[in-house]
Amino acid sequence: MAVDTATATTQRRLSSAGGPPGQRSGDSGTPRKPAGTLTKMRRSWRAYAFLSPGLLVFSVFTVFALLFGFYLTFHEWNLISQDKPFVGLDNYVDMTQDAGFLKSIVNTFYFTGASVPITMAIGFFLALMLNQAIKFRGVFRTLFFLPQVTPFVVVAIIWKWLYNGDYGLFNYYLLKLHLIREPLLWLADQHLAMPAVILMSIWSGVGFSMVIYLAGMQGIPQELHEAAKVDGAGSWARLRHVTLPQLAPTTLFLLVMGIIGSLQVFTQIFVMTKGGPVERTTTMVYYIYEAAFKFYEMGYATTLAFVLFAITLVFTWIQLRLYRKADL
Amino acid sequence: MSATAVEVLQPHEIERRDAIRPEGAGGRKRRWLRYGVIYLILIPGSVLFVGPFAWLVSASFQHTGDIFSWPPQWIPQNPTIDGYLEFAKTGALRWFANSAFVATSVTVLQLLLNSLCAFAFAKLRFPGRDAIFLVVLATMMVPPQITMIPNYVILQHIPFFGDNDMFGNGGHGMLDSYAGLIVPGAVSAFGIFLLRQFMMTIPDELLDAARVDGASEFRVYRQIVLPLCRPVLAATAIFTFMAAWEDFLWPLIIISDPGKFTAPLGLAMFVMKNQTQWGMLLAGSVIATLPMVIVFMIFQRQFVQGVAMSGIKG
Repeated sequence: MAVDTATATTQRRLSSAGGPPGQRSGDSGTPRKPAGTLTKMRRSWRAYAFLSPGLLVFSVFTVFALLFGFYLTFHEWNLISQDKPFVGLDNYVDMTQDAGFLKSIVNTFYFTGASVPITMAIGFFLALMLNQAIKFRGVFRTLFFLPQVTPFVVVAIIWKWLYNGDYGLFNYYLLKLHLIREPLLWLADQHLAMPAVILMSIWSGVGFSMVIYLAGMQGIPQELHEAAKVDGAGSWARLRHVTLPQLAPTTLFLLVMGIIGSLQVFTQIFVMTKGGPVERTTTMVYYIYEAAFKFYEMGYATTLAFVLFAITLVFTWIQLRLYRKADL
Repeated sequence: MSATAVEVLQPHEIERRDAIRPEGAGGRKRRWLRYGVIYLILIPGSVLFVGPFAWLVSASFQHTGDIFSWPPQWIPQNPTIDGYLEFAKTGALRWFANSAFVATSVTVLQLLLNSLCAFAFAKLRFPGRDAIFLVVLATMMVPPQITMIPNYVILQHIPFFGDNDMFGNGGHGMLDSYAGLIVPGAVSAFGIFLLRQFMMTIPDELLDAARVDGASEFRVYRQIVLPLCRPVLAATAIFTFMAAWEDFLWPLIIISDPGKFTAPLGLAMFVMKNQTQWGMLLAGSVIATLPMVIVFMIFQRQFVQGVAMSGIKG
């Protein structure tokens, strides 16, 4: 989660981080003979000492990894075979003709398009309710947040069980309520598998949206509501004209974070469906994982990963633009 | 949810001040109606959220046969701890020790390395500072799935590790090792950024005073800056620990020795292999969840603050 949350903020901060970086008093103003860069670097060896352990790890596993990844996309880099020939743009060309990969993009967008808005909407309504002075609201908040602190693999295991065709609780209660005539094979049914995965993801993600929305709501100045009330605005009008506009940055944040997170959906697919039935739940990361670690085509898989990266960047770019437009 | 429900849920309508403000009986009645509707939604809602957990805990204390009973037993009729005992016997407890070790190491290393870098970026001047910081910032948007494949190959070729020679060939490098789980995650661009932003708010006069008194830069960092950063450090520590505890894809890729499985990986592999032993699996799931819930309960306040800090205030 931490990593997921990470990204959105950054963008916002980027714009504000331009200020003067921690000036030490007395450094400026004194007319001194400008020293050469080398001399300066030698003088600031302490700074480099502070940086070096972190930067060493960072440059190997992030900077170099990215560059090396880019290099891989131009090679047929099979983990098993000895020679790893340069193949130019072949990987990129293959990708455009790879029906399986294109389908995984469609599946990923299906997952994202359904799970993100619904998760946000439910989180919003829960936050609205839990922002009231009701009793036990702390307890309710904790309960709705519980799936967030559960290891995701465990969530997937529980839901795999709930969806079980023969013994699952879903079928039991749906049959009992006469909502269905015969047990459904949730995860094995072509048309139900993806909705089932989406439902489970909504369940586990609602708590996060709720907490973020609650924080947003508590940041709305009380005076705005008071002023609207004085002007005769009813509950509905205040929700529409005060709460919702004030929460626009929160909504944007959750939307972009949700989209970026959903584009990377993997764990629930791996545990619950293995991409099946008939690849109906094969998402991009799952497809990339199989290309790399089932077929050992590291070069091709990295090419696909870069496409995922490009899609992520598009959404990040939209977010940046929206933030700038809204002057947040 | 219908429009009427939305109207009822309007926030800020009721404030604590209401108690003081004189209010007609009609208003009070409406408020109770509103609260009634809220509870009517929240209580069944929370059952949907707690139900699966309640069932998990209950089923973990049942015999495998009872777990499959129809109708499901919510309260175990023949309670048993066999699931837990069997689970312990398979050596699976080791996964939890592994997870604890890996998550703790990653957290400690990140706190140390992130804060060292952040201190240099925020409070020291040196050639190349802004350029290096820009690179760190730029990589914050890179999803880990992008670097995972190159990193797999890089780990395989770390010199002198796992029977590798000095050129990184011949062995398996850091693959299938604890180091492979820990080292790539030992520093985080976002962590550096967050801490750096916080350190920028610490007045330089405070640091200069210590420097005048002859404190070394390291002492300034250790005895002045770090203590002031405690709230941010606490929040990031919790997030880092939880993220490392439940990380799945990376261990799945690089670990093949069951003795080095982390808890999520072990459980997932368990699902793959022994489809039938649900008692054990559910017991393991409970054990994997408990540390997270405990950490959350203890640090709830910091946790929510952390969510707000990294998410909203930005």
